[in-house]
Amino acid sequence: MLVFAYIARRIVYVIPIVLSVALVCFLLVHITPGDPLVAVLPADASQELAAQMRTAYGFDRPLPVQFGLWLWRAIHGDLGSSIATGRPVLTEVLRAVGNTVTLAVAAALIGFTLGLLFGLIAGYFRDTWIDKVATSVAIAGVSVPHYWLGMVMVIIFSVQLNWLPAVGAGPGGSGAWGWDWEHMKYLILPAITTSVIPMGIVTRTVRALTGDILSQDFVEALRAKGLRELDVFKHVIKNAAPTALAVMGLQLGYMLGGSILIETVFSWPGSGLLLNSAIFQRDLPLLQGTILVLALFFVALNLLVDIAQAAIDPRIKRG
Amino acid sequence: MTVMSDTALQAAPATKARGYWATVGRRISRDKVSMVCALVLVLIFASALLAPWLGLADPYQGSMIRRLRHIGTPNYPLGTDELGRDMLARLIYGGRLSLIIGILPVIFAFVIGTSLGLVAGYVGGRLNTAIMRTIDVFYAFPSVLLAIAISGALGAGIVNSIVSLTIVFVPQITRVAESVTTGVRNMDFVEAARASGAGPFTIMRVHMLGNVLGPIFVYATGLISVSMILAAGLSFLGLGTKPPEPEWGLMLNTLRTAIYVNPWVAALPGVMIFAVSICFNLLSDGMRSAMDIRN
Repeated sequence: MLVFAYIARRIVYVIPIVLSVALVCFLLVHITPGDPLVAVLPADASQELAAQMRTAYGFDRPLPVQFGLWLWRAIHGDLGSSIATGRPVLTEVLRAVGNTVTLAVAAALIGFTLGLLFGLIAGYFRDTWIDKVATSVAIAGVSVPHYWLGMVMVIIFSVQLNWLPAVGAGPGGSGAWGWDWEHMKYLILPAITTSVIPMGIVTRTVRALTGDILSQDFVEALRAKGLRELDVFKHVIKNAAPTALAVMGLQLGYMLGGSILIETVFSWPGSGLLLNSAIFQRDLPLLQGTILVLALFFVALNLLVDIAQAAIDPRIKRG
Repeated sequence: MTVMSDTALQAAPATKARGYWATVGRRISRDKVSMVCALVLVLIFASALLAPWLGLADPYQGSMIRRLRHIGTPNYPLGTDELGRDMLARLIYGGRLSLIIGILPVIFAFVIGTSLGLVAGYVGGRLNTAIMRTIDVFYAFPSVLLAIAISGALGAGIVNSIVSLTIVFVPQITRVAESVTTGVRNMDFVEAARASGAGPFTIMRVHMLGNVLGPIFVYATGLISVSMILAAGLSFLGLGTKPPEPEWGLMLNTLRTAIYVNPWVAALPGVMIFAVSICFNLLSDGMRSAMDIRN
């Protein structure tokens, strides 16, 4: 019962967050230097045309009214049209997000598996050479500029060895994804590169968790009553799971939202690359829409993680 | 014997007065990893600072006839870049901007975040709610996305990049500062200060600040690692420094086209970012365990 009350409260708490996120995205366009119209108008536009456009886009109304209108349209799935392509922003963003999800899930599979493995081993064999190796790999993972690592991967596996393609998401430069080897080849390098940071963070988290749990009295008690090491291990997993899950959920969110650098290096046609082109073409509706969708994904993911955590952790009784 | 124990007794208060920070300093100076990292950082900082007096080539002077020389070419120990400029000079000069744009946001965020967190944690109540709920909004964005959103909206430039990263780090430092402050607030010595008539500002400045700064400082040191990567990343995307300035992220960007001609020269600027980032991370870890006296 407590869990359900917690979940209900957590869902209600999301509403102001979503509204504030929308407000931040709305204001982004208004912190841009100069008039937000600059991006839409031709450089030699007359005063009248500028005034007409200002009215047409509603920029002449007070900010709160503009926000209300923008929010109302956004709720109905209308994020405006891209200035560069003229297509609806939502269509563009959702198509790109699909590719980002593919990349993030592949990277999560690699990063989380290795992170859990390294973390458990390091936690179990604290202060041995195995622990030192795992910890070093982890700290390198969180300290490496991942866009540079991407370049180095391309240098080794594409330029020198010629094993894997350097850029793109499929043969012939097509943006459409398919689950065959021809496409998978394109996924390997960006996925490994993306997985490095979550690998490092999960390793560090799980190592600390395992170490803490193993030093607690109840583990001593379990061993004293004659439990096999494998069964003790199950208890360790059970105790570490909620926190590890929360960290992994957050990392998945970072991979989805922070993919711009990796996608730029590999020309991976996801939301990051879309964001990149929106920034440099000064395509403000597209910039605003992409950031809004990615942030909402992140909020939703955090909510799911919190709910999952509450469901599997019997200790959660939050006030 | 008596003489000895007498001296020991007299010495005892003195060592105790040196106390906590002296112990932490001694512990960290015995940690080999931390000391190596500190040394590497001092070398990189000093060379960046003293770059004009090191007898290096002009980092801006290019030449079309000696572009993309390999590492180990005579006179060009680290080769030349895509415009024929000396890589060694550019890497060392590049430290100036790269370190500034990487570290300044953390310093700004440290000052702002500590103040906000201290006030929120000490005053509590509605002010705490107001500050912390505002902070929550920024947590609804992945930090890379937030940095790029603000930078992208403000437009390219060093100042904008520093501003956007400061905005990204303020919430994180505020959260740490608030939780540490809340932990210290109800301790007896703060109660005693309050009972003796000290006002809230005096208590915050004199009694709390010294006790909360340590953990926040360690956290901020670790953040420099992230900040270096993000600041160079913004330049790498074209949102930070503008050419022809030497800066590691931008150098990585302009050298990207050269990976088929001279791949290892193209990768060099990333090595510098990596080195600074990992050293700050390890140093932060070292400080954290040195300050954890219980072990």
